[in-house]
Amino acid sequence: MDLVVTSSWYMILAAALFSLGVAGVLIRRNALVMFMSIELMLNSINLTFVAVSKDLGLIEGQVAALFVMVVAAAEVTVGLAIIVAIFRKRSSANVDELSEMRG
Amino acid sequence: MAEVVVFGIFATVALAGAISMIAAHNPVYSAIGLLSTMFALAVMYILLDAHFVAAVQVIVYAGAVMTLFLFVIMLIGVDKPDAYGRQVPGQRIVTAVIAVGLFAAIVLAARSAWITGSDAFGTFELNGTIENVADELFGTWTIVFLSTVMLLTIAALGTIALAYFGIEVEDEEATL
Repeated sequence: MDLVVTSSWYMILAAALFSLGVAGVLIRRNALVMFMSIELMLNSINLTFVAVSKDLGLIEGQVAALFVMVVAAAEVTVGLAIIVAIFRKRSSANVDELSEMRG
Repeated sequence: MAEVVVFGIFATVALAGAISMIAAHNPVYSAIGLLSTMFALAVMYILLDAHFVAAVQVIVYAGAVMTLFLFVIMLIGVDKPDAYGRQVPGQRIVTAVIAVGLFAAIVLAARSAWITGSDAFGTFELNGTIENVADELFGTWTIVFLSTVMLLTIAALGTIALAYFGIEVEDEEATL
């Protein structure tokens, strides 16, 4: 049988990467690593967009991936600034220690 | 066949990078894992004829975003042996169940669509060169493109404000 890479291979890879990103957010307590996990999830969505773009023969999927990258870049900028601001006050990037708002 | 081999190698690299990102105790190793995942995804984009997206992936993600991450890691300090922190009882098991369940749910939910839609590629001509992507981006999606310009400007201003006023608050506390 001739083995050919189809779009579902990319989809399954993207689903696996997304699940790993979810696991990272749930299991890690370092705000930076949680943030990296969110980036991983955004990347896996980009892979889905590009794979579907190829599958359907539409360039819009690649344009959507570019927009996701722009939003991710803006999000990283603000998020890392917040993490640095918290670190200056608390000397820690551990989310367990941020519990002042607990009722 | 060559495509299968390349896909296999770089899918393995991507998954290994993602797993090492979650498992590494040192945030620098996490960043390196994510970096290798992003490079592997860039190769995937080239396989999918999305050449411009692949270039942007390397420049923006592997270049700018990961450099920013490494910069912040070094600024904050590679700290704390207890990188996982306190664990809620059974947190790892529950996390593993949720992640595997989510993966299974995505695959099951999309399976029928993938079976009908997953003929071999090549029925359509698609070439993600800069010219083709730019035609679409500046033709159909001009307004959306301009709004991303606004988004980036606002994000940059917000970051500057956060850094600036953050210092001020700290100074007030120091004088009190």
